[in-house]
Amino acid sequence: MSRHRLVRVALTAAALAFLGLFLALPLAAVFAKALERGAGAYADALRDPDARAAVRLTLATAAVAVPLNTLFGLCAAWAAAKFEFRGKRLLMTCMDLPFSVSPVVSGLLFVLLFGARGLFGPYLAAHGVKVLYAFPAIVLATLFVTVPFVARELIPLMEAQGTEEEEAAVTLGASGWQTLWRVTLPNVKWGLLYGVILCNARAMGEFGAVSVVSGHIRGQTTTLPLHVEILYNEYQPVAAFAAASLLALLALVTLALKALVEWKSGETARATRRPA
Amino acid sequence: MAARRVLPGFGLSLGLTVLYLGLVVLVPLSTLALTAAGLSWDQLWAAAAPRALAAYRLSLGCAFGAALLNAGAGLLVAWVLVRYPFPGRRLVDALVDLPFALPTAVAGITLAALYSENGWVGARLAALGLKVAYTPLGIVVALTFVGLPFVVRTVQPVLEELDPEAEDAACSLGATRSQTFFKVLLPELRPALLTGFTLAFARGLGEYGSVIFIAGNMPLKTEIAPLLIMIKLEQYDVAGATAVALVFLLASFSLLFGLHLLQGRGARAAAPRRLPREDAA
Amino acid sequence: MNIEVRGVTKAFGGFVALRDLSLTVPSGELVALLGPSGSGKTTLLRVIAGLAAPDAGQVLFDGRDTTARSARDRRIGFVFQHYALFKHMSVFENVAFGLRVRPRDRRLPEAAIREKVTALLRLVQVDWLADRRPSELSGGQRQRVALARALAVEPSVLLLDEPFGSLDAKVRLELRRWLRRLHDEMHITSAFVTHDQDEALEVADRVVVLNEGRVEQTGTPEEVYDHPATPFVYQFLGSVNLFRGRIEAGRTLIGDGAVALPGPAPAAAGSAAVYVRPHLLEIHRHPEGESHFKAVVGRLVPSGAVVRVELTTEWGESVQVEASRERARSLELRTGEEVFLVPHDVKVFHHPGR
Repeated sequence: MSRHRLVRVALTAAALAFLGLFLALPLAAVFAKALERGAGAYADALRDPDARAAVRLTLATAAVAVPLNTLFGLCAAWAAAKFEFRGKRLLMTCMDLPFSVSPVVSGLLFVLLFGARGLFGPYLAAHGVKVLYAFPAIVLATLFVTVPFVARELIPLMEAQGTEEEEAAVTLGASGWQTLWRVTLPNVKWGLLYGVILCNARAMGEFGAVSVVSGHIRGQTTTLPLHVEILYNEYQPVAAFAAASLLALLALVTLALKALVEWKSGETARATRRPA
Repeated sequence: MAARRVLPGFGLSLGLTVLYLGLVVLVPLSTLALTAAGLSWDQLWAAAAPRALAAYRLSLGCAFGAALLNAGAGLLVAWVLVRYPFPGRRLVDALVDLPFALPTAVAGITLAALYSENGWVGARLAALGLKVAYTPLGIVVALTFVGLPFVVRTVQPVLEELDPEAEDAACSLGATRSQTFFKVLLPELRPALLTGFTLAFARGLGEYGSVIFIAGNMPLKTEIAPLLIMIKLEQYDVAGATAVALVFLLASFSLLFGLHLLQGRGARAAAPRRLPREDAA
Repeated sequence: MNIEVRGVTKAFGGFVALRDLSLTVPSGELVALLGPSGSGKTTLLRVIAGLAAPDAGQVLFDGRDTTARSARDRRIGFVFQHYALFKHMSVFENVAFGLRVRPRDRRLPEAAIREKVTALLRLVQVDWLADRRPSELSGGQRQRVALARALAVEPSVLLLDEPFGSLDAKVRLELRRWLRRLHDEMHITSAFVTHDQDEALEVADRVVVLNEGRVEQTGTPEEVYDHPATPFVYQFLGSVNLFRGRIEAGRTLIGDGAVALPGPAPAAAGSAAVYVRPHLLEIHRHPEGESHFKAVVGRLVPSGAVVRVELTTEWGESVQVEASRERARSLELRTGEEVFLVPHDVKVFHHPGR
């Protein structure tokens, strides 16, 4: 018994030490470094016009990418979870491809498409449309890397729900939209929310892919993560960490929402479990 | 006659899904193949230059090392989270997902600052004669951070489902604790552990943001493959970048495919499968 | 509404669930679709509902082809096996759903919806549960809510998939009597799927016995039980003894030709399969009547009001007999004893394949 306790205490301590060193310490370090020179320097770093522009660009990118990928996720989940069809596995694999491609390679794809010597580059240049090293490419690269998030959350959830409730709704005279709005979505709302949160976190935090296509024009094509990189490489650690702290806050909010969603959906699962 | 679907919206939702995937994912990806097909042998050969080979080796080695470390540490963390309730467990559990939520650039500069020679951790390690930042070890540290949740989140649910009665039974049959662990628990956990390892490994292979700040980026020594692609792009050597990307993608895909084969039956049996509707018994 | 199914075939991959199946559900009747699992009964119900599209064949409502109409437009009420109640809605909202999703021009005013739903909940005796969530109800209560929800849209056909399948034995008995009474009041053309012959025989006006995607027999409960058309129906409805025998010169012989059975035999000579229900065999100490044969008592198994006696005939086939407790007691049977069995009603079928 006492030996058991010893093992237990030792293993718990080891796990906590590992997590402390690898997760908690870095998280704390972001804020500590950001506030190293006091609140004044921190506030100055965030008041900087380039920082503000970076925040605006990041929000704008997410504002386009997240709703589009959410709609995609809903479409894909409806098709993949409620119907049987040939090629479904292939479709799911295609959906997951962005996860197995390096962010840098993801960015490269859009250089190949829209670069000066790319597939559409010359045509776009001739018509004076700027895609690469501008907002459109940043959005496209972000779309690419965040495609699977919502769909991946929804598909297993909607598959587990089955189709009986939807069939019941149809026999009661509901139309497709009514079935989706009144029956399907209320059942998966927490999973949907979680998918959207994750998608948003990645959209705002994406670095590698966006870095390739952004061109790093200060105040114009630098998202918040790119802004952090520039400041860090210019040996402005306080400013870099101040900007980073905004992203760390985003991460904390994401984690908190995730915990809330898990708690809520756990509650629903407990409530709907059939009594024996 | 095509089978009529009962629920509405199949054509619309599938059509939109395929269209969107095609535009956002498949067209860009096929561009890579298209461009690569147009490369000359000399341009392709550049992807086998010593600098490139060193980069592949480093990326593969560090991703493998970090995934291995994560398999061990992740199993430990999952075990403690599932089996040993302690105060603050839910908070710790939530924290495990931090690497999913924290942008890689933030992780990168923070780890670099912590592990550099005058950082909080780096200074103490330097006193022991251990240099982490700007060495391959630093890359492993960054990839460990990035890959940790993959292992924990795949092993944890399996561990939760595992029936402690099997362990009790092993104990009652006279097995020691370590025998129980290796003969009863580990075989049950192996598929999940391998899946988690593969996911962490795959993520580590392509990882960029968290690595470049801590790696030092010395050609032939601490330059990872994604960075080499980036550098070639910055030198407007799109062909070279494409060649390196292609070789690196093929190498990682075949490795991951091998790992998938290794997972084989166990993973497939565990995958939930929907049965065709039939009369209930 | 009279339902007619004409030549329906439906396969799932390699599994053929329905083979060229035809049947009629007469207007106002309560019909049981009875069969073992895999017989296609649920598939048939879903085809009638429009929840599954047949590969071939037609479904007609009152003579009009509805095969191409969606489930939404068929005006059916469907009660799912696991109820399929909307988890996130209250009982009241579940029942009101079909009324709320109507197009605006046909939708009732809110007050009328409330009145109607309340009346329905009262009808199925769960009005006091209106504000609960489905998860807070017992199985029997969920079943009633599911039925009320289906009735709310005033369906011309009511279809129920294993309506009592997931209930415990006592609730099941109670609910099936209640369903029968409800049908007697409302007279909606109804079909329900079941694998339980007692349920089918007790509740339905008419029983359709299904096997391997085909109709074996259709008839009133008395008809299918007393005059089974096929060996399958005989075996499926209640327990049964099977003897191998021969048909010769208008007589049926079992036990290597030693025993002639009473009653008329099929005209054509040949091999026969002879079925006798266990309660239609009588045990005697001494030979009785013309038709009797010897058997050795094996095990005695008391089962409720009867005693099941397992015996072996003198030619080696095993037999089960159900005797009342009094009868068994007065016979004072003991294992190993020799007794005489007298069949009272047998059913002879030509043996297939020989």
